Amino acid sequence: MTIIERPSTEVAIAGAVPVGVKPSEALGVFKRPAASSSWRDWVVTVDHKKLGIMYGVAAFVFFLIGGVEALFIRLQLIAPDGKVLNADQYNQMFTMHATTMVFLFVMPMAAAFANYFIPLQIGARDVAFPRINAFGFWCFLFGGLFLNSSWFLGGGADGGWFMYAPNSSTLFSPSHGVDFWTMGLQITGIASLTGAINLIVTILNMRAPGMKMMRMPIFTWMVLVTQFLLLFAIPVITVALFLLTFQRSFDATFFDVASGADPLLWQHLFWIFGHPEVYILILPSFGIVSEVIPVFSKKPLFGYPIVAMSGAAIGFVGWGVWAHHMFASGLGPVSVTVFSMSTMAIAVPTGVKIVNWVMTMWGGKLTFAVPMMFAIALVVQFTIGGLSGVTHAVAPSDTQQTDTYYIVAHFHYVLFGGAVFGLFAGFYYWWPKIFGRKLSESIGKWNFWLMVVGMNMTFGPMHILGLQGQPRRMFVWTKARAGEGFFNFGFWNRVSSIGSFILGIGILFFIINIFYTHKIKKGALASNDPWDARTLEWMTDCPPKEHNFDVIPQISHLDEFFHRKYEQNSATHSVSQVHSAEEVMAELNAHPDEHIHMPSRSYWPILLALALPVIGYGVIFNRMLLAVGVAMVLLTMFGWAMEPATSPDEDFDPPASGNGDGHTKELVPHG
Amino acid sequence: MAESAIVRDHGVSHVAHASSTGLSNNKMGMWMFLGSECLLFGGLISTYMLYRGRVSSGPQPNNIFDIPFTSVSSFVLLMSSLTMVLAVSSAQRKDDRNTNLWLTITALLGASFVGGQVYEFTSFYREGLGFTTSLFGSSFYALTGFHGVHVSVGIIMLMALVGMNRNNRIPGDKAEVVELIGLYWHFVDIIWIIIFTLVYLIPS
Repeated sequence: MTIIERPSTEVAIAGAVPVGVKPSEALGVFKRPAASSSWRDWVVTVDHKKLGIMYGVAAFVFFLIGGVEALFIRLQLIAPDGKVLNADQYNQMFTMHATTMVFLFVMPMAAAFANYFIPLQIGARDVAFPRINAFGFWCFLFGGLFLNSSWFLGGGADGGWFMYAPNSSTLFSPSHGVDFWTMGLQITGIASLTGAINLIVTILNMRAPGMKMMRMPIFTWMVLVTQFLLLFAIPVITVALFLLTFQRSFDATFFDVASGADPLLWQHLFWIFGHPEVYILILPSFGIVSEVIPVFSKKPLFGYPIVAMSGAAIGFVGWGVWAHHMFASGLGPVSVTVFSMSTMAIAVPTGVKIVNWVMTMWGGKLTFAVPMMFAIALVVQFTIGGLSGVTHAVAPSDTQQTDTYYIVAHFHYVLFGGAVFGLFAGFYYWWPKIFGRKLSESIGKWNFWLMVVGMNMTFGPMHILGLQGQPRRMFVWTKARAGEGFFNFGFWNRVSSIGSFILGIGILFFIINIFYTHKIKKGALASNDPWDARTLEWMTDCPPKEHNFDVIPQISHLDEFFHRKYEQNSATHSVSQVHSAEEVMAELNAHPDEHIHMPSRSYWPILLALALPVIGYGVIFNRMLLAVGVAMVLLTMFGWAMEPATSPDEDFDPPASGNGDGHTKELVPHG
Repeated sequence: MAESAIVRDHGVSHVAHASSTGLSNNKMGMWMFLGSECLLFGGLISTYMLYRGRVSSGPQPNNIFDIPFTSVSSFVLLMSSLTMVLAVSSAQRKDDRNTNLWLTITALLGASFVGGQVYEFTSFYREGLGFTTSLFGSSFYALTGFHGVHVSVGIIMLMALVGMNRNNRIPGDKAEVVELIGLYWHFVDIIWIIIFTLVYLIPS
């Protein structure tokens, strides 16, 4: 994976650099880190693929943490008078469960796929700002660790994932949990914002020649919409988090009702961020299944422009629906009517997508490999969640359902049945691309069915519980109040809890599958095109070389790879294969580019990101530490600014076979 | 440079096929960032507009603002946009001496604005308006404070630009780097025009 071997990795201070060094070394404070195969390379890397893998691994670990927190919640509710957690611990548990799943699992996991596949799908060799990309990853990781360090420093946040103020003021949440929450999300917010800028510029600016917007793979489209949502949603939550930090740590009065504060201020700020956020969570998964379904149906995506544009429509309308989270707060009839109608309207582009997926499968030659099964599960489960969502759009019905388990059931169907199933479809579909081996299909089927059964058993009964009136966040139920007959609380709570453990075992099978595939079976390496895929990311090796493509392909079609493999008979309209994947690649790579210039490794992203939790701990514990953190930020920023994006002497040349007439290209992204 | 593809044939380099849109990555990235900043100030301004009339204790907005003083410092900040334009134009003409001169003047004008803000905050505080006094106080200091921090960051960037320019340490296309900082600087100025109008000029 290395571009070039450099002799030494040690750190040198600028003053000690001898006269006559190369300009790249003289400019920085540190010597540039050189390529190596050790763990150090992962710390200083700016390679979008390595960062994508790191995003994925870190997000999956947070997924397991959040999952264990969920199991604690269900264990508490499995029987009357639960003794597993006390009320305070229960509050922390569900707050941290939701925060972890939303901010530390689904968002970064989508970022993992986006990071890894966007450059490959648009035919680029890296992202627009590789160092900022690395910085984003480290911000996410350190922000997540900072947030979770609250468990050991006085307890986690306890105000629910939307942390309504003034309920989250120091009066009601005296521990530092909420402070860790605000600061931790602030840090991961930086990761999302920088990631958004980076990916938008990458997609708009670095497409391979001939790849028009309407020739981009649909996953790229959905990521583009998601990043625009992030770009404009993150600053709003940033403001809200700042106000809450000022309130809690510096005695500001923003949420002090006694001095006349409006308790709806936080709700508005949070949900103006929070509703686009749910589309931020789901759209990347929509993108993934829109890639998977055509491949396993052997048909092009039905209505590609409609799917792309309905995604964009969701992105626009998503800004006009936030107050449906606040129907019970007394907004007044006009606001309620407007937001009720816009919420019903946003179901339309979502429904359009579902129709498109179904029509793609209609009449196709379906193969039910595990990625396809997860994709179909998304279509089914998300539709259920979407329909219960429409019932929330009806304001009178929503007033009944607000803060009950019906809401919990709804958003788990869209987020688990939707977002998470989409991500699992992505794991199975792209695993051979990233790691060179297909995950086991048989274990994968166990993984799939246990997850589907577990998820429906866990979240299905919650509809019933909610409509019966069980409030969400209720930490204990008693036998006397559980009621009798088919709809009694006790029975359905037990079903739900048992379901959650089946779900947990299902996810365990995924981990088993990884170990089985890579450690036990060590099966044959996958071919470069294991699924007979359609898009550009498959038109290179599995796993890809550091520079992705030996030759940047010229794009003339949507589904370029498919069109290079297959041709349509103009008389019979039948499609037949004319080239194998190997032939396509051999033809493309006949004359590999020489002197491919890749962005160089850097210490600065991780160092700058490391300064941010210091500021966080400073605000909470010690103002001196705060000053140290700010000084570290300034110093590392200067170090970064002084370092050129690329050191001029790092080149990649293809091994031998390239004869003299290859193109010579440089890729010098900034950042 | 950031236009990414530079074709080098046997040591002779020339720029080819800039980017899909023709806009450089850095410039597009800066525009995206500024778009995001709009929402940041949008949130802060909304908070202020909601709370400016809510004075549980301490001075009222209408009694405390010194419009002539703030008008002068606003004028100073607006003039710094003019000098910033002159700096960008000098940089595009590859005139390092004048670039540095105009950048320094811009930074000085920005610094006098921040100085004026510090003076204003101190006198408000003496008149009894603290950060924690009332909702008006909290939201006023949060909004103008965030703006002040943005101007200060701008000043640091301008001075860094002068320092790096002197030592020939600006990576990439100098004129573009100056232009990018200029975009940020103009943005901060425009935000101030909005804040000045909404906070100071329109009576609550």
